[in-house]
Amino acid sequence: MTDTLTASPRPATEGAAPSRTRRVATTMTGNWVFLALVILIVFFSVKAGGTFFDLGNFRNVLFNASGTMLLAVGTAFLIIGGQLDLSIGSVLVFSEVVGAKVIIAVSGPAAKSYPDATLGIALGIVVSIGLGAAWGVLNGVLVTRVKIPSFIITLGSLGMALGLAQVITKGTDVTGMPPKMITSIGIARFLSLPVPVWIAAAVAVVAGLVLAKTRFGRYTYAIGSNAEAARRSGIKVARHIVILFTMMGALAGLAGVLDVARYTTTQVSGHSSDNLVAIAAVIIGGASLFGGRGTIFGTAVGVLIPAVLNNGLVIINVQPFWQTVAIGAILILAVAMDNIKRSQQTRAS
Amino acid sequence: MLSAKSISKQFGHVTALSEVSLDIAPGEVLALMGDNGAGKSTLVKILSGVLTPDRGELRVQGRQVHFGSPSDARAEGIETVYQDLALADDLSAPANLFLGREHHRRGLLGRLGVLDVKRMQREAEEHIKSLGARVPDYKASVRMFSGGQRQSVAIARASIWARELIIMDEPTAALGLVQTEQVAQLIKRTRERGIAVIVISHSVPFVFDVADRIVVLRLGATVATLSPSEATHDDIVAAITGASVTDAGATTEDAR
Repeated sequence: MTDTLTASPRPATEGAAPSRTRRVATTMTGNWVFLALVILIVFFSVKAGGTFFDLGNFRNVLFNASGTMLLAVGTAFLIIGGQLDLSIGSVLVFSEVVGAKVIIAVSGPAAKSYPDATLGIALGIVVSIGLGAAWGVLNGVLVTRVKIPSFIITLGSLGMALGLAQVITKGTDVTGMPPKMITSIGIARFLSLPVPVWIAAAVAVVAGLVLAKTRFGRYTYAIGSNAEAARRSGIKVARHIVILFTMMGALAGLAGVLDVARYTTTQVSGHSSDNLVAIAAVIIGGASLFGGRGTIFGTAVGVLIPAVLNNGLVIINVQPFWQTVAIGAILILAVAMDNIKRSQQTRAS
Repeated sequence: MLSAKSISKQFGHVTALSEVSLDIAPGEVLALMGDNGAGKSTLVKILSGVLTPDRGELRVQGRQVHFGSPSDARAEGIETVYQDLALADDLSAPANLFLGREHHRRGLLGRLGVLDVKRMQREAEEHIKSLGARVPDYKASVRMFSGGQRQSVAIARASIWARELIIMDEPTAALGLVQTEQVAQLIKRTRERGIAVIVISHSVPFVFDVADRIVVLRLGATVATLSPSEATHDDIVAAITGASVTDAGATTEDAR
């Protein structure tokens, strides 16, 4: 974190309307990242032709991005509200592990081809989302009551949730899910798109509208901008922050459901970098790590860039590990561009 | 309108205020002056509900009130412009004016929490213009505004909601000459609307310009009440420092 990222009030100078420039520039930054996504798609389409530019392949890209999208939406709300949640991957694992155990226990024996699979799956989903939300409440209450930065609190709950998941499973993944879990959620399709994609898209659209149009969204920006000012304006800041963490936890639980539905097994060791992936997506999408700025649209673009890169690189036979390198570079570039634009405006004003 | 009687406040062994009384009439501008540590900020925090006094009573329109929080004071029509302005930097001027008191859309959308952005924008614009203040862009975030423009937004926010009194804690501390003049204009327009203003300031010329009455605090007590039309610069300095007794009809009593 360089100090150039600092969101402290800039020394403002009296003068002509700087704000229009700023607004245009903000849109430009959003568009710049969007442009990068378009360029990537065009590049891979030209390079790999029909193998990449194909409905089936796009379906794959979206399918792979759906879990990350859920996590990134929750992370966007938190970051805009001035908070961070590092525990999301662990909370996801904990929720899916317990949810999977519930599904197996309730669905009945495999020999009788899971007689109560529907009930088991329904219960498992509720338990998974509920437990995720419960971790969120715990995070939120600790952050607001103990008044320790969320970075530290969630670093602690990261360890606790993952450790408990490992204790429950003794370190091995939960398998033996009823096939219905996959056929009715994991790979089921609706209007030619996989159900997880619809779920992620619905969550993103609703979250985007809530953030942009409602009082809840506005308070999120206000708290991220200046929590003390929000408090003095009569906004219940602590309650709002707890709700943000609870949303995040519930979304992690939902992402856990999708994870199990897709792979028929839990992924205890597969989510250690979910937090950083989600944070990167939100920041690439134009949010400030210090709160107050960001959009769900930008976040969605920030989720899709790595997804497209990963997919495209595999298709054109480049080691997919380059994706990790590229994302790192894009993250730095995105923040740097944003920063340069902002300092230019300050000078212009 | 607002009357504070025998207000005392201790912080541990430190007496921040002892037996301070203050009255302010509708449309009156009262300047609070005094050296650092004189108790101005403590008094203002008590009047705006940030602190509760140990002893003494507050009355609004003759009714006794207890302020447990700034919200309580706001419910009585008392608004505060804090020294740090307390603006949400990433929000627009209208969003800041209506922060915590947003208008919702009518019908189902409103019940779902959807904001009536256009109405708030229109009302904010009308209000800011009626104050004669200048805001360069009603859609841009206030982060990019100059110090004077930000101050205007903070004062506009207080005056759109205040029904009785606006308290300003050093509104000109970080401003240049032109912007200070603008703040003086804002205060005068607020007074014309029958709203009382209590303003903390260290600037004697500014106080002479806007105030109807000057109250000087020293070591937690009221030491002088002066009239700007009669008192001189030296009278004020003398009262603040406790150097000597003044004439000009001022009542000066030593705190200790």
